Amino acid sequence: MSLTRDDVTKVAFLARLQLEPHELDTFTGQLNSIMDFVAQLQEPDTADIEPLAHGVEIHNVFREDRAVPSLTREAALSNAPKRNQESFLVPVVLD
Amino acid sequence: MDYTIIIGLEIHVQLQTESKMFSASGTAFGLPPNTQTDPVSLGLPGTLPVMNRKAFDLALKTAMALGATISRFTKWDRKNYYYPDLPKNYQISQYDLPFSLGGSLDIPAQKEGSGGGQCRLTRVHLEEDTGKLTHGVGGWSEVDLNRAGIPLLEIVSEPDIRNAADARACLEELRLTLIYLGVSDCEMQEGSLRCDANVNLHIQKDGKTIATPIVEIKNLNSFRSVERALEYEAERQYAKWQKDGLTIKDAFKETRGWSDPEGITKPQRQKETAADYRYFPEPDLVPVVVDDAWLDRVRATIGELPGPRRKRFETEFGLTPYDANVLVEQGQDVADYFETLAKTAGDAKLASNWIQQDVMRILSERKLKLAEFPIKIEVLGDLLRRVHIKALSTHQGREVLAKLLESDESLEQIIEAGGYGVISDRNALSKVIEEMIAANPKAMEDLKGGKKKPDAVKGFLRGQVMKATGGKADPSLVGDLLDERLANVQD
Repeated sequence: MSLTRDDVTKVAFLARLQLEPHELDTFTGQLNSIMDFVAQLQEPDTADIEPLAHGVEIHNVFREDRAVPSLTREAALSNAPKRNQESFLVPVVLD
Repeated sequence: MDYTIIIGLEIHVQLQTESKMFSASGTAFGLPPNTQTDPVSLGLPGTLPVMNRKAFDLALKTAMALGATISRFTKWDRKNYYYPDLPKNYQISQYDLPFSLGGSLDIPAQKEGSGGGQCRLTRVHLEEDTGKLTHGVGGWSEVDLNRAGIPLLEIVSEPDIRNAADARACLEELRLTLIYLGVSDCEMQEGSLRCDANVNLHIQKDGKTIATPIVEIKNLNSFRSVERALEYEAERQYAKWQKDGLTIKDAFKETRGWSDPEGITKPQRQKETAADYRYFPEPDLVPVVVDDAWLDRVRATIGELPGPRRKRFETEFGLTPYDANVLVEQGQDVADYFETLAKTAGDAKLASNWIQQDVMRILSERKLKLAEFPIKIEVLGDLLRRVHIKALSTHQGREVLAKLLESDESLEQIIEAGGYGVISDRNALSKVIEEMIAANPKAMEDLKGGKKKPDAVKGFLRGQVMKATGGKADPSLVGDLLDERLANVQD
């Protein structure tokens, strides 16, 4: 498996990372070595093994449907980089 | 224009729970911004989601009612994308192992403008709702996370729908079904029911079928806008294809937003392809295993659905498909009310008519809910029973109803005080008819001389009889007696 520079450019865009050209080269190399390392998992024969959906083998962990009081608005907004009286503020996103 | 419209719907429904899908803040609509949050729905680091059991039950109930196949093993996935309505930068959703596959919805033939039919479903899955953005306050958008994390059911249909009216009917029937199931309040205006539509055309040209690029229409905020947007979009795509000839092979799927005031669709941001969401299994939530006992428990909570109820109103109560549909579509309380009233009155057709004409009118005039209807159902049933057995005429029945609404007197008291009743004694009525003929000699002369048609004379005399009896004569019997009497004259 070999990632190209274009693949890394795309992944960087999806992660909203702005990379300089030399960084693209560095990360393409680093990501490829990570991919190669993980590719060792392809080696064992898994034909007769059921796919694993989760790392721990427990299931059906539920809570009952009961509401508790909300955080106060002040608490909710307290870590916001930018806010007004009642909301988080983000740069206008065109939709 | 030789083309077929191909429509598939993607519907999102908020489930009626007290708390959110993965955390315990509330789910109310319309609260002041950011007053219904908790660390999980804010996406704060170090928090962990825990599934809401009721949300899962309601989801199972819905899917089972839609005839879907329930997966015995289902898991959660992260759908990654950057948008500020999503505080975690991923939405917890279901990708490759949704809890439900397949199913279908029957569209009744009685729906206005729709021929009815069946729409197959692709899948139903559970996810969490996102927050709400309000755009453009001085270059900034406001983010309200009250809605973030509310349990959301996504229902995806197959592209089985062939016209805009059917799409609307399908959505309306789904809404009715969900309301009967009690899983959602389905208020499109409040966003607890939302619909996107995928649409393209199959154009027949020179013996070949050409498919236009698929467009996903968003921002459909009412049933009417679903229908209008699809009609508009079909025409737009056809005109566009005539101009540029682009087909499904030449262009990606486009997302367009419906603008209701302008009556047009406008381009929106390009949709990232499925691969770009980089779905992967949600490590913070364990899978769900569903066994028979659980399914049986949920199945037992599914009551009679709109489709079977319409049928039963036709077969058990002898209603027309039209009347059965009107009553069922008013919701369970009206349909239940009808059943009780029909049994008390002993006449289903009469009960159906009076509900549709009188009860509904009174409720809307007085802005009341059915449960607040001022007359007890036993009393209305008693009144209708009297109309049914012709102890009262229909006209008298309506007068008595009006008086019941205005006074505290009982039905018996009103009937007695008003001297209501129907004369259906043949001899007594024949006697009145003879009196009226004698008192109005001109009527018979006009009939004999051919100056007036028999129907006109009959109508006149019937009016006189009704007047003479204070409206108590059985009108249909008077008609029959007059027919006999006037036929003799003509001979």
